[in-house]
Amino acid sequence: MKILNTFLIALLGMSAFSSPLLADTADDRGLEIAVEADKRKNGFGDFTADLLMVLRNKQGEESTRELRSKNLEVEGDGDKSLTIFDRPQDIKGTALLTFTHKTGSDDQWLYLPALKRVKRIASNNKSGPFMGSEFAYEDISSQEVEKYTYKYLRDEPLDGEAMFVFERYPVDKKSGYTRQVVWMDQDEYRERKIVYYDRKNSLLKTLTFSGYEKYLDKFWKAAEMDMTNHQTGKSTKLAWSNYAFGTGLGDRDFDRNSLKRAR
Amino acid sequence: MVETIATAILRGRYLWVLLTVMFVVWAAMGGRNLTLTTDYRVFFSEENPQLTAFEALQNTYTNNDNVLIVLAPKNHKVFTRKTLAAVEAITEEAWQVPFSIRVDSLTNYQHTVAEEDDLVVGDLVVDGANLMDSSLQRIKNIALHEPLLVNRLISPSGEVTGINITIQTPGIDQTTEVPSVVAYARDMVKKYQDIYPHLDFYITGTVMMNNAFPEASKHDMRTLVPLMFLVVFVALWFLLRSLTGIIATLLVVAFSIATAMGLAGWIGIRMTPPVGSAPTIVLTLAVAHCVHLLVALMHNMTKGMDKRAAMFEALRVNFQPIALTSLTTTVGFLSMNFSDAPPFRDLGNIVAMGVIAAWVYSFVFMPALVMILPIRTHANQETASKWMSSLGEFVLNNRRMLFWGNLALLVVLAFSITRNELNDQFVEYFDDSIEFRRATDFVTDNLTGIYTIDYSLKTGGSGSINEPEQLQVIENFANWYREQPEVIHVNVITDIIKRLNMNLHGDDRSWYRIPESRELAAQYFLLYEMSLPYGLDLNNQIDIDKSASRMTVTVNNLTTNELLLVEARAREWLEANAPAHMHTVGASPAIMFAHITSRNIRSMLKGNAMAMVLISFMLIFAFRSIKFGLLSLVPNLMPAIMAFGLWGLLVGEVGVSLSVVVAMTLGIVVDDTIHFMSKYLRARREQGLSAEDAIRAAFSSVGVALIMTSIVLIAGFAVLALSSFKMNAGMGLLTAITIALALFADFLFLPPLLLKIKGKV
Repeated sequence: MKILNTFLIALLGMSAFSSPLLADTADDRGLEIAVEADKRKNGFGDFTADLLMVLRNKQGEESTRELRSKNLEVEGDGDKSLTIFDRPQDIKGTALLTFTHKTGSDDQWLYLPALKRVKRIASNNKSGPFMGSEFAYEDISSQEVEKYTYKYLRDEPLDGEAMFVFERYPVDKKSGYTRQVVWMDQDEYRERKIVYYDRKNSLLKTLTFSGYEKYLDKFWKAAEMDMTNHQTGKSTKLAWSNYAFGTGLGDRDFDRNSLKRAR
Repeated sequence: MVETIATAILRGRYLWVLLTVMFVVWAAMGGRNLTLTTDYRVFFSEENPQLTAFEALQNTYTNNDNVLIVLAPKNHKVFTRKTLAAVEAITEEAWQVPFSIRVDSLTNYQHTVAEEDDLVVGDLVVDGANLMDSSLQRIKNIALHEPLLVNRLISPSGEVTGINITIQTPGIDQTTEVPSVVAYARDMVKKYQDIYPHLDFYITGTVMMNNAFPEASKHDMRTLVPLMFLVVFVALWFLLRSLTGIIATLLVVAFSIATAMGLAGWIGIRMTPPVGSAPTIVLTLAVAHCVHLLVALMHNMTKGMDKRAAMFEALRVNFQPIALTSLTTTVGFLSMNFSDAPPFRDLGNIVAMGVIAAWVYSFVFMPALVMILPIRTHANQETASKWMSSLGEFVLNNRRMLFWGNLALLVVLAFSITRNELNDQFVEYFDDSIEFRRATDFVTDNLTGIYTIDYSLKTGGSGSINEPEQLQVIENFANWYREQPEVIHVNVITDIIKRLNMNLHGDDRSWYRIPESRELAAQYFLLYEMSLPYGLDLNNQIDIDKSASRMTVTVNNLTTNELLLVEARAREWLEANAPAHMHTVGASPAIMFAHITSRNIRSMLKGNAMAMVLISFMLIFAFRSIKFGLLSLVPNLMPAIMAFGLWGLLVGEVGVSLSVVVAMTLGIVVDDTIHFMSKYLRARREQGLSAEDAIRAAFSSVGVALIMTSIVLIAGFAVLALSSFKMNAGMGLLTAITIALALFADFLFLPPLLLKIKGKV
């Protein structure tokens, strides 16, 4: 991963010939921050957590979903994750296996217990909403450094804390966004706020992180993530709980066969 | 008191002119605040139940304001490389349209297919320009058999296709949001028209309609107001033959319009097409005051009075009748505040302000100006007066025939009112001079309908949309609708789940049916949703709790009545065949407009009654007689009854704007009665004439003036009838008819009626 990052920095540096120096420094600085943040997240091995999703529409009606998530760190590529759906009852036992990749589209399989089959999600176009929520799959999947290019904007306090503010631009052409503006605290490199701009570069959504807690004296995880869609007036809250690290998960827990026994 | 005012006006004439101009300039500056409304919802009050229902539906799912770009290849073939490439390119670029949240087209339609054990979800057309013939054929075959596409985005013959852009404007700045969408869409279409000359383009949709409202208003203001000025100029030339008189009148008129529209801006009224007709109406009404004053002035001057004395006398004599007629007209227009449709409240208030302004200007500014400018008289109204006298004789000689004849006519026309059918097809509000109308007509004829009925079908409890029985009921409902002759297309969730069921059974056609268990349906939807790209999700069809689904029915070019009948039949079907939680009513713009006239008629009846009572009190006070005050109700109500009856015979269709005509005309037609009755009563009381002689006196003294003012009023509202906006046109025409009938009633029915009730005065 380090080698790749160095390569990327070098690649970005090459464009210095054609563009103003300032912009390049901003690009470098943005990437540096992203790389540092990624570095601080590395080394967790594996973890599990429970997730409660609360969806709310403009009419004020609410609906909830419950999931469990298992994650495995992969050296040299994106992480693997297994998401098990517990509620609503109709999709209980449904499980989603994802292999994120640093480049190219991720691999996904879904196990449908009612059909007793594993189906590969054969779409190169997965920027739609996750379970009808305001989170797109691309918002909650493993945020690999290589999925974006970066540009540092400014330092700015948020709620009295010093932040880096930088923009990132999705590499994937099929992404629903032109850019995202990220507020990241300078002490611990934790995302605190992300503002999403849609394909026509209009303000689309704001995601705020809260209730950060530290695990294994090293890894910060947010307890709550609130996404508000400014265009439709809908919102979704993700509440994370029961984080557990070092649970002894291995590759065998993240293959197609594991999907069926995931419950 | 009148004398004091008149003296003050004549003495300080330069000051009055200056003060008036200063006030007009200040008022007119408010015109800058007049913003154009670009939202059809402006026609509905906040508490309107159909609006509330539709807003709730949109808040549960997504907004369905849209821009529909329709492509018609000149060779009538959509499934060619060139045309599909065009659709693909426009679809891609349509995401850039401001405030767009979704784009649906033939090319980005998410086609699903089974491939071994995978579910492949993807755009129906990829790289259309380089498709092989076999692929073209395959795509055509899929598209023309897909219920979600046929009659919605592709014509059944494959000749015309559409790209639907869902727009959600934040509604922060109405003046720029919709126009920016429209401008972008038009530029885009223009660009592609150059690239693909083999295509004809049409743009429609609710956003285009929203934009057509200000376009129609502007169009009217540009064409009707100048035309009206011309009509008034010509009329004044014939009536006054005095340049000074004409200049003074035109200035009063222009000042009154500027004041009314400016004050409208200051109090935050928004421009809508009905408001756009305000200048024409104010113009028309303002002329009458000036004509009365100037005719009196010139009459006095020809009798040998000097200018100052003649003006003094004109002011003195006309003060009370003009004050009274201004007041009644104001009351009539203010009663439009009872309307359920806010633009008509605005119109009433603006015209009321204009009438008051015209009253003040014609009494303060105009005499002052005329005193400053030179004036000559050429008046020779002898022939007209003689003519009026013979009309009076005719009425007196034929009183029995006229009384009973008119009564019979009134009864017949009163019954004909029932021949009026309510109709508010909003597309037909616009005439052919508006692009939206032309485009929409093409789309209605060749691709799909513009009127929809939307349902939020509740399936009972969280996740219940997956319940096979519930899905079956929805499917049955959709199928019932598809059997109705009025229906073009039904967009329903069951078409998707049936297709998914088939896909997940190896595309076996026999599985094209609703899944047999709730879990299967839920898991199919989950899998499908995870495969969908940005913006093309199911959130516009399934609520977040998965306990309700939206179904959209597109119907033909139905009249309001037909639309309501279909909707009522659908409700009956639901009540007979669906579980209680699914019983619901249809909601949509078409449904909202379908109810607007009857709602407005009900609310306006209250307003009319109120205005009637107020005006009757004024008349009782003015005539100093309860008997004659109440008697005047007859010629005041008769014109509206006869006009609506005549309308029933000639047109037979009534829209929302016609429901305010009674309020508009009431205050105007009263004027004729006031002038005629007050002259009649004065002749009897002061000169002690007999009823017959008093009628002769009334005819010869006000007959000419009444005809003149009526002609101006009729011409003014007839000009409005030329509006490109049907609401205004109908309103203008019916008002013109009513005013003509008022003259008819005052000349031919009121005198015989007065003769029947001779008694004490």
